[in-house]
Amino acid sequence: MSQSVKDRIIRIMAEQAVLEPGDVTPEHSLEDLGIDSIGLVEAIFSIEEEFDVEVPFNANTPQDSSFDISSVAAIIGAVEGLIAARAA
Amino acid sequence: MKRVAITGAGTINALGHSVPETLSAMAEGRCGIGPLKFRDVERLQVQIGAQVQGYVEEDHWSRQQIALYDRFTQFALIAAAQAVDQSGLSIDGELADRAGVILGTSGGGLSTQDENFRVVYEEGKNRVHPFVVPRLMANAATSHVSMIHGLRGPSYAVSTACASSNHAMGQAFQMVRSGAAPVMLTGGSEAMLCFGGVKAWEGLRVMSRDACRPFCATRNGMVQGEGAAVYVFEDWDHAMARRAEILAEVAGFAMTSDASDIVMPSQDGASRAMAGALADAGLAHEEVGYINAHGTGTAANDRTECAAIAQVFGDHAARLMASSTKAMHGHCIGGTGAIELLACILALRDDVVAPTIGHQKADPECPLDVVPNEARDARVDVALSNAFAFGGLNAVLALRRV
Repeated sequence: MSQSVKDRIIRIMAEQAVLEPGDVTPEHSLEDLGIDSIGLVEAIFSIEEEFDVEVPFNANTPQDSSFDISSVAAIIGAVEGLIAARAA
Repeated sequence: MKRVAITGAGTINALGHSVPETLSAMAEGRCGIGPLKFRDVERLQVQIGAQVQGYVEEDHWSRQQIALYDRFTQFALIAAAQAVDQSGLSIDGELADRAGVILGTSGGGLSTQDENFRVVYEEGKNRVHPFVVPRLMANAATSHVSMIHGLRGPSYAVSTACASSNHAMGQAFQMVRSGAAPVMLTGGSEAMLCFGGVKAWEGLRVMSRDACRPFCATRNGMVQGEGAAVYVFEDWDHAMARRAEILAEVAGFAMTSDASDIVMPSQDGASRAMAGALADAGLAHEEVGYINAHGTGTAANDRTECAAIAQVFGDHAARLMASSTKAMHGHCIGGTGAIELLACILALRDDVVAPTIGHQKADPECPLDVVPNEARDARVDVALSNAFAFGGLNAVLALRRV
């Protein structure tokens, strides 16, 4: 399950960055991938659609968000948290 | 005051994906109206329209672009690229800071609204794509044209229903003529051939279910179309200095408001706009050889427009030609004036007057030479392009042969 979430998020981030999934690693930051603020909003929409979760994120105050976007790995962890919270 | 040259033109509409294709279709009297093809069309009473044919958005745009470009923006970008290319202008430096873009549209990103209303109302979803607002806003096409071509001067969208394009082009003309901008991209775009867009028009009971026959005794309403046309309006001296080809001169413009009724047109408002455009251009009414009429094919418009032409032109009304090309490309609403300006260029530059096709029987209330069914070879020195919108907002451009 965990592997699957990772692969699906890497696929979403790669699509947003116009890269092949093989070129995206968990260590990458959004900046590394060239994803700007509106690209991030679109990626979050794709994540919500993919996993049927509500991502707590306001583009005005990304630093205050409980949803960690500092790297691809952080996003994977945050989404896993949302999925676990939904299942609980 | 500066003279204003048209140095580039571009279009995509039901008659073609370029200006040459569209002009040859107009010269052949080809009809772009056919069965509508989109989701839920079977629930419409009106099932005909002039859709752009053979258009696959993926052939023109990347996934990222499609996420941001509504169909009306895509059409505007295609037309603008053709116009800039034909003009031969390189828009950079000081020119880029002063050149702008003004486009007309009535519905803006209406199909984006239609699709996303379905998602939240019909499908019950609680989430829409983040780009719904930047796709649907009426200035989306204007902004994307300015970004792609680096136009950093005066830029905005104009929305006056069926006169949107003419108002937009009139404003661009005034900016170039006054010296406020040396170059303006201008025209209009519309893409409301979707279930909600046609259903709304259906409600007015002014739509034909078989064909658009402007000025014909058997006419029974309008037919919607879609598409865009964009032009490069340029300071005449600027164009001459770089030896640009000039397609026609924009000589005058006038706009009036009926201030009377939200849907019924007025003869007075229309005639004041035509007379105003001639006065603005310093032209005598006898000099006009061709009028691209608003000619929607509705009972109300065609009768009122003919009476207004008779009022302005007197005896000369019987000598000039006045055709409506809407029978070919449909009524493209906020983009229609821009697409119809092509018929004026065809007359002024190529000596071919586009016909009013579908004409079956003369209407005594429309006693004009409507150039029925077949295009005519004729020399035209001055042409008018009429647009009379719902809400009583009228805009007329006067063009002169180079």
